[in-house]
Amino acid sequence: MISPRYHREIPQRYRLEAGRCADCGEIHFPPRAVCRKCGARESTTVVLPNRGKVVTCTVVDIPPAEFDDQKPYVNAIVELENGVRLTCMVAEAPPDAVDIGTEVELIFRRLRCGREWEVLQYGYKARVV
Amino acid sequence: MHGIVGWGSYVPRFRIKVEDIAGQWGADAAAFKRGLLLQEKTVPGLDEDTITISVAAAKYAIARAGIDPREIGCCYIGSESHPYAVKPSGTVVIDAIGAGPECHVADFEFACKAGTEAMFVAYSHVKSGVMRYALGIGADTSQGAPGDALEYTASAGGTAYIMGGENVAAEIVDTYSFTSDTPDFWRREGEFYPRHAGRFTGEPAYFHHVLGATRGMLEKSGLEPADFRFAVFHMPNGKFPLKAGKEAGFRQEQLEQGWVVNLMGNTYSGSSPTGLAACLDVAEPGDRILVTSFGSGAGSDSFVIRCTDRIKEIQKKAPATRDQLADRRIYLDYGKYVAYRGKIRMNQL
Repeated sequence: MISPRYHREIPQRYRLEAGRCADCGEIHFPPRAVCRKCGARESTTVVLPNRGKVVTCTVVDIPPAEFDDQKPYVNAIVELENGVRLTCMVAEAPPDAVDIGTEVELIFRRLRCGREWEVLQYGYKARVV
Repeated sequence: MHGIVGWGSYVPRFRIKVEDIAGQWGADAAAFKRGLLLQEKTVPGLDEDTITISVAAAKYAIARAGIDPREIGCCYIGSESHPYAVKPSGTVVIDAIGAGPECHVADFEFACKAGTEAMFVAYSHVKSGVMRYALGIGADTSQGAPGDALEYTASAGGTAYIMGGENVAAEIVDTYSFTSDTPDFWRREGEFYPRHAGRFTGEPAYFHHVLGATRGMLEKSGLEPADFRFAVFHMPNGKFPLKAGKEAGFRQEQLEQGWVVNLMGNTYSGSSPTGLAACLDVAEPGDRILVTSFGSGAGSDSFVIRCTDRIKEIQKKAPATRDQLADRRIYLDYGKYVAYRGKIRMNQL
């Protein structure tokens, strides 16, 4: 990911900032310019809760090369306490420790190292509570 | 009154035992455990570094302080393992905790003393009245060369302190610093592992500065060792802080609560700040705590701290240090450990 895009996404990746539609209250994560439910263009910023449950998950045994040192790892769709769903890696968890319904918290971790000259990228992962 | 309004420690879940390191090098594990008074140490995960540890610790500190992070006027991070050579760790941390952009940020370095430096300056800012709250963090993912004695102790973790003048949970009563040019441990630009001067790191370096700062602090404050419930000294291994504490006149029971090194290793800039956090986790109103850090090069910062009635209200608002030390430990073998610490050369992507 190039630096400008990474920089734009800091509010959502670092602080879980989502957009709440000013008209219908639908929460979008990541934030959207237009509400997918009612089409309104106004929204306010809300911070998502950092706890939730795994909706579904998969074990990645053959990852992209830059994540090879972390294999096997679990990617999961997590439903947060307010119903918002997001996809993330589950940190520190052997594959058999994560299943549908597993309670997790979102934590701040380094997502990508890249090559020595590239910017480090941080954001959220899940961790089994 | 000015002092600590919130604190938070973060302890990684990964561990390696002394036996697993000694076994790799054909060393006598029992002798190392006896000599270092250490059983195991923390290891950062593949996705953890000084920045992620600082963020986790700072969030716990904010939870205890119960403040809006936008009221934090500065963020200072002391570490000798900042992920970037050029780009402050604090820039990432303030955006992750929501303290930016109106926040003064700097990264500090002074070997293992950088954490108390950050605390010292943060405290000075709130005491002088230039800001309402100030954040000082000590965190490290320290490295020891394979087979070196440091490999048994160099570990990962960190602790954050929010200083302020309202709702103070632990007043900083007095401070004292003791510094000299003492080349006991160093790493020059471009070198991956630090170098040390063996036994020279003991008497002329660690003990001279730790005892100099502690005795100076006691004399300046007019207090005696018996006036304190807890005392914390920088923990490069298990033996040094106990020896320094006893030489300074403290009893074993005053030293035990903050002596986390046997289960955690030496977290460098996070060491004495984390020992202090372990004491604050269980302290009672009125308890006095003495903390003396040590950073090679060399110097020590000493603090006299007195807990207020508020401490009981906020202790349970974030995980305690010793609970994290005991919780969900994941043990690595030596092969995994060197991979986690980037000690082996892998194929380029």
